[in-house]
Amino acid sequence: MTEGLTPSQTVGPFFAMRLPWPDGPFVVPEDTPGAITIVGRMYDGAGNVIPDGLVETWQADPAGRFAHPDDPRGPAAGYRGFRGFGRCPTAVDGSFRIITLKPGPLPADGAGAAEAPHLDVSVFCRGLLDRVVTRLYFPDEQAANEADPVLASIDEARRPTLIATAEPADLADPAGPGTVLRFDIRLQGDGETVFFDV
Amino acid sequence: MTAEVSRGGLVLPSYERPRGAHPPLDFSGYRSTALRHPQQPLVLLPQRLTEVTGPLLGNDLITPSDSDLTTQHAGEPQGQRIILTGRVLDSGGRPVPDTLIEIWQTNAAGRYRHAREHHPAPLDPNFTGIGRAMTDAGGNYRFVTIQPGAYPWGNHHNAWRPAHIHFSLFGRAFTQRLVTQMYFPGDPLQPIDPIFNSVPDPKARERMVAQFDIDLTQPEWALGYRWDIVLRGPGATVFESEVDDQ
Repeated sequence: MTEGLTPSQTVGPFFAMRLPWPDGPFVVPEDTPGAITIVGRMYDGAGNVIPDGLVETWQADPAGRFAHPDDPRGPAAGYRGFRGFGRCPTAVDGSFRIITLKPGPLPADGAGAAEAPHLDVSVFCRGLLDRVVTRLYFPDEQAANEADPVLASIDEARRPTLIATAEPADLADPAGPGTVLRFDIRLQGDGETVFFDV
Repeated sequence: MTAEVSRGGLVLPSYERPRGAHPPLDFSGYRSTALRHPQQPLVLLPQRLTEVTGPLLGNDLITPSDSDLTTQHAGEPQGQRIILTGRVLDSGGRPVPDTLIEIWQTNAAGRYRHAREHHPAPLDPNFTGIGRAMTDAGGNYRFVTIQPGAYPWGNHHNAWRPAHIHFSLFGRAFTQRLVTQMYFPGDPLQPIDPIFNSVPDPKARERMVAQFDIDLTQPEWALGYRWDIVLRGPGATVFESEVDDQ
């Protein structure tokens, strides 16, 4: 028992009055060179989409740095407009999207050890009394993912729930967004996403 | 003194894990949890760079009327004007400065301004029910708003939510993120509200209830309430299982 903490409560059904903001899904402006789009849907234990959810992401910049005093290395130069933070409510079809730059790897303990590129993801919705936290890893980082200490701690059968999948390029729209990755979130049941105790 | 742990040659802070303070994700009294709680156990995530840092959203999001919900329209809203103030602290007692607080609430009649809200209580053209504020260097925040109303919901027969204000906080690190609800003292609906009572420890429940404060109350103008919010503070111990095997 931790003394004194204020308990969590659900965001309820009406958080969209306040929490979303127009450029919330844009960790970087959409026309940033190298920007990627992460799309996904949120599902409940019956396989129904969750139309009243909220996804938040937090991540390093492409050099693996954070604009935060507790990263003593500080942010890398050259990523103008990069916020590290994204926020998107789900739509009536349960979908969300985040536009960002792929983060770099992070130093881990041991010579040469590294955490594979990843985003931390917070999930909120009516019916969740506390946020749940997951991580998004990248499909083109197989070697780094295999060496990642967090992925290594997870049952192999469930690891794929944390790795985004590449969406087929939209050939009809060559001017559209570059890389599109899919990251669906299943709160319960078959294919349940791995959630973390942080 | 912040507890620290070395990761990848960097010395990082660590945050306590909130054992027992928060509600269980599977809580039968609140029916919407049934299909929305994970059934697999949570996996312990050591706190690394991504977890001990977090978004430091700033004053660029804030305008002065954001913290005074009674001045966001041409006229004054209906209802009891209140001043709501307090401190954001960590569990080590240190103030959490310069952190964004977001709030949303019903109007005085218990009606949210939201398209999916069907409670047949009147909307107030002079009240939206949303606010933002930043804590100052001492962790202090202040809102002026209207006492929200109770409202019915479909959880069970004759279910009514006690009056509350939703709060969203970032703290200074991803680990400190908190979304909660603030309640009012003496509300007879609290003992029968599943969401309030989802918090297992009665003392922790009381920490969601603001205190009436006559000294904060302004004569001929507004009632004063005080509510401190406590986020996770420095971890006391780095568990063996959290240290990488090298």
